[in-house]
Amino acid sequence: MQLFKYLRGASLTLLVAALLSGCDAVVMSPSGDVAVQQRDLLVWATVLMLLVIVPVIVLTLWFAWHYRESNTEANYKPDWTHSTVLELVIWSVPLMIIIALGAMTWVSTHKLDPYRPLDRIDAQTPVPVGLEPLTVEVVALDWKWLFIYPEQGIATVNELAAPVNHPIRFKITASTMMNSFFIPAMAGQIYAMAGMETKLHGVINEPGVYKGFSANYSGAGYSQMKFDFHGLSEEDFASWVAKVKASDGNLSRDKYLQLEEPSIDDPVSYYGQVDPTLYYGIFNRCVEPGQTCMEDMMYHGGMDKHAGHHGDAKAEHADHQDHAGHQSHGGHHE
Amino acid sequence: MFENLDLTKLIFGRLTWDAIPFHDPIILGTFAVVALGGIALLAALTRYKLWGYLWNEWFTTIDHKKIGIMYIILGLVMLLRGFADAIMMRLHQAMAFGDSTGYLPPHHYDQIFTAHGVIMIFFVAMPLVTGIMNYLIPLQIGTRDVAFPFLNNFSFWMTTGGAALMMVSLFIGEFAKTGWLAYPPLSGILQSPGVGVDYYIWALQIAGVGTLLSGVNLLVTIVKMRAPGMSLMKMPVFTWTSLCTNILIVAAFPVLTAVLGMLTMDRYLDTAFFTNDLGGNAMMYVNLIWIWGHPEVYILILPVFGIFSEIVATYSRKPLFGYTSMVYATVVITVLSYLVWLHHFFTMGSGASVNSFFGITTMIISIPTGAKIFNWLFTMFRGRIKFDVPMLWTLGFMVTFVIGGMTGVLLAVPPVDFVLHNSLFLIAHFHNVIIGGVLFGLFAGITYWFPKATGYKLDEFWGKMSFWFWLVGFYFAFMPLYVLGLMGVTRRVSHFEDQSLQIWFQIAAFGAVLIAVGIAAFAIQLIVSFRRREALADETGDPWDGRTLEWSTSSPPPPYNFAFTPRVHDLDAWWQMKQHGFQRPESGFIPIHMPKGTWAGIVLSGISVVIGFALIWHMWLVAGVSFVALIGTAIYHTFNYDRDYYIPAEEVERIEAERTRVLANV
Amino acid sequence: MSENTMTADVNSTQDGQLEFLVKGDHHPQNGTLLGFWIYLMSDCLIFAALFATYGVLGRSYAGGPTGMELFDLSLIAINTSLLLVSSITYGFAMLHMQANKVKGTMFWLAVTGMLGLGFLSLELYEFHHLIGVGAGPQTSGFWTAFFALVGTHGLHVFFGIVWLVTLLFQLKKHGLIPENKRRVFCLSMFWHFLDVVWVGVFTYVYLMGVLP
Repeated sequence: MQLFKYLRGASLTLLVAALLSGCDAVVMSPSGDVAVQQRDLLVWATVLMLLVIVPVIVLTLWFAWHYRESNTEANYKPDWTHSTVLELVIWSVPLMIIIALGAMTWVSTHKLDPYRPLDRIDAQTPVPVGLEPLTVEVVALDWKWLFIYPEQGIATVNELAAPVNHPIRFKITASTMMNSFFIPAMAGQIYAMAGMETKLHGVINEPGVYKGFSANYSGAGYSQMKFDFHGLSEEDFASWVAKVKASDGNLSRDKYLQLEEPSIDDPVSYYGQVDPTLYYGIFNRCVEPGQTCMEDMMYHGGMDKHAGHHGDAKAEHADHQDHAGHQSHGGHHE
Repeated sequence: MFENLDLTKLIFGRLTWDAIPFHDPIILGTFAVVALGGIALLAALTRYKLWGYLWNEWFTTIDHKKIGIMYIILGLVMLLRGFADAIMMRLHQAMAFGDSTGYLPPHHYDQIFTAHGVIMIFFVAMPLVTGIMNYLIPLQIGTRDVAFPFLNNFSFWMTTGGAALMMVSLFIGEFAKTGWLAYPPLSGILQSPGVGVDYYIWALQIAGVGTLLSGVNLLVTIVKMRAPGMSLMKMPVFTWTSLCTNILIVAAFPVLTAVLGMLTMDRYLDTAFFTNDLGGNAMMYVNLIWIWGHPEVYILILPVFGIFSEIVATYSRKPLFGYTSMVYATVVITVLSYLVWLHHFFTMGSGASVNSFFGITTMIISIPTGAKIFNWLFTMFRGRIKFDVPMLWTLGFMVTFVIGGMTGVLLAVPPVDFVLHNSLFLIAHFHNVIIGGVLFGLFAGITYWFPKATGYKLDEFWGKMSFWFWLVGFYFAFMPLYVLGLMGVTRRVSHFEDQSLQIWFQIAAFGAVLIAVGIAAFAIQLIVSFRRREALADETGDPWDGRTLEWSTSSPPPPYNFAFTPRVHDLDAWWQMKQHGFQRPESGFIPIHMPKGTWAGIVLSGISVVIGFALIWHMWLVAGVSFVALIGTAIYHTFNYDRDYYIPAEEVERIEAERTRVLANV
Repeated sequence: MSENTMTADVNSTQDGQLEFLVKGDHHPQNGTLLGFWIYLMSDCLIFAALFATYGVLGRSYAGGPTGMELFDLSLIAINTSLLLVSSITYGFAMLHMQANKVKGTMFWLAVTGMLGLGFLSLELYEFHHLIGVGAGPQTSGFWTAFFALVGTHGLHVFFGIVWLVTLLFQLKKHGLIPENKRRVFCLSMFWHFLDVVWVGVFTYVYLMGVLP
């Protein structure tokens, strides 16, 4: 049993060491307000759970030690198999913790809903009145990321930039495989699916270069499907936009069709010009000339309330605050 | 029409010599080892003239005990393959940084992680759990065999058939490169036109038939065949958890059959279930597969909860604390497991209310689970605990599983899941609960009931070695993964740029090596115990002073289990019998009605494997002919009404007298 | 295993030994019907998944033909009647079985089988027609779900008929022995189950399909 105690000590030390080193981990020290709130949730939930887990582990090891066969002094009660009081305690204490956690879950899930536009830049700063979010259209291709900035009329592959402290609205789709758009430092992830549009709202609070990647396995080039996300000051962002604008890449529909071809480990590339209807075509699956757009194919029975939500190049202002579920072109709405 | 008929294509479909991976040294090496080992085994069987014995005593048996043992052997063998996959992945990921691309090309690595998951869930955990349930349930409820002995044999061979197809995929063609659940569009015909996903589909469909029928079988057994006096609330806890498990099997596996069937139609018939175009919806697949997938993990854990309940009570020399509460907790878990499936894809964008609902239901499951843990704790409290190997596994479980449960509840908070979904944190969580829970429980159970099945105990020393290496190895292998998840590292990645991550992968690889030692220790334990079986013999049939009916039989039990059906009056029936000074009857034996063995199970499964293989390789003629053969054989089998026989009373008397003699000498 | 033959002295306590054992022969209850019923419920779940899929994909026409345009309700009405009547004729077969009349049982089983074949023929005709006018399983998500649901039902009917024919041979050979009676009972459950599923299909797919 000495061995047991020793190993327990060693494992716990390992655990603590792991936890301490985890302080540098991006999930534990993110740079975007949404991710910060998610981290805080994680910490609170862990604390609540530890209230149960630590006593359980301690009791397990202590009971095992104290009631070992060789300890003849320990009380032996072979007929003691039921205690209503104890049952009440062991069902109700976890129940109360779960009620607390459940309430936290309900509130935070609504608050941190990826579809919900931000109402704060960080814990101290609400979103200034009149500040429109930056819109970025994201397309998960095989196996690279295409970012279209409809307001600026530019596009990039495998490089994303945004001004610091400025809310961003991502509209996300994919060309074929199911991917997941994830920048851990900024916010949580959300799936990128073909023929559908998901949305993510986030903000980056510190300048820096952050990692972005796909978090859902999508085939041969998945491991290389990474991009850098640059958090820049407003001036630097303007310079970046100008730089991209000045490049001679032209993301026409034809160019897009070339880009759509599978490739792995693509270098960063810039497009100074973008076809404004391209994104709409991508997520309606009618980029190629002659294809019917999904929206036009669908039975229009229940579609009216969704008219105006389809990735127009125009800036959207119809983001319903409590709009649940993503746009899907099946005429039905999960 | 027939002028252009290519006979080769008609018979062989798309199977060509290119399917054999001559270019891959790792696979060729594996094949060489397997082939040599296989030939050696076949040669030994032939030399010692064991084919007849194997066929009559094992392959055609309908004895639930032997079928249970065969399931366990299958599971343990496949554990070696599944673990080999794991070690390969750990080694690769520990190396693949910066300029080094590791030693596995991506297309190989991607098959390995897919195969690892499929094998561990379907061909290790399921067979091991099914095997233990098969062995134990009739003994615990005081009956001779399961409700449908022929179906039991058939179920075993179908599971083995699925495993066989998986093994074949290693050497002929390739396996899926989609992850163990094969989401479309990646698994659709456009993105995965090769044979990999087809191997996946048919291996699982064939094994799935076996599992479903086994579920029906064990369910009816428990409902209809309990010994007189054994009401539901007097059943052993393991039987209760098995009852709930089999309800889950019957209610969940049909969904898997349906969704894989739809994927099959998409791949073979160009239908539009899950396609991006023409109105398909890939999210439908994700929903359906997880409606199966979540109950599946409860199918794995519930029997193990039952095993721990039995072990804790026996080794604490106390009845299980809070039996009623345990039963209710199990039933609540069973029902709730159907209401949580969406937590596997909070990130698919379902909206806050839907996500919250499923997050909260997921957390609620932790309440009955916690109640169970406390009940085990209070069983130990004021007990007199013996630290035999099964009890060590139990303690290891209680500490380890709760950590995994905790991280599960963390993941159940949708916004937290948004940053941890598909990360190594998730991987650490489910390995935490599956290894710390399911696997530790299976080893505990195997050690605990081994003497019952074989007549001798397992060697203590090697058992302890195996336990400690598994326990420590687990922590070294998976705690770093929690850290990596918090560092933003995602799963299924075959190459990394960030060097600061490497140390964690190296620690994890070291943990995997420790686990390998643990597995080796287990293998050594089996060999050493066999060689020392006389010294380790269990002549009483009740080596641990057990509480439930299986310990009232000899070790191993006679083919008919009980010469007379027991009559039950209370929980812990055998304990009560011992307390009342029960004496074995020594006369008055009667002939015992038993089912006969059958060839039909292995033959039908063999044909099913041929059909699966033929469909994978588009060998339509072979598939068609085999299908007709399958139906024909099945119909032919139904014309056999001669399915049972009687063990004569003299035979029973002889067996029982022998046992009486052995007991007298103990 | 045959019927329960428990002995009567359950509460015998004079002899402490026998209290814990059942004196004499003991056969547990036969579980075939329960087992088949449970299997049938699992089959029901497969249909549930197919219905759910049909629900999700039910308006995904991809710009192609719709059910409203192509469903021939009069044909389906005939089909439905055939299947419903076949359930009645199976009922007659069961009545004859209860009265231990082999020939009557076999006759009504055969009639049921014929009606089932009629159902299948009409269904195949319908499928052939639909595919011919460009509404095949590959056309769109809607038609995929349609053919999967209705087709799986038809496949079950087909195997039911194969089973029925096999049973006819077995009845001819062995008569109404207990084993055969159990089999007729199981097929009865299967057949009625398919009928119930068809009512679901008829309502949810065809009737609701022609509503706007």
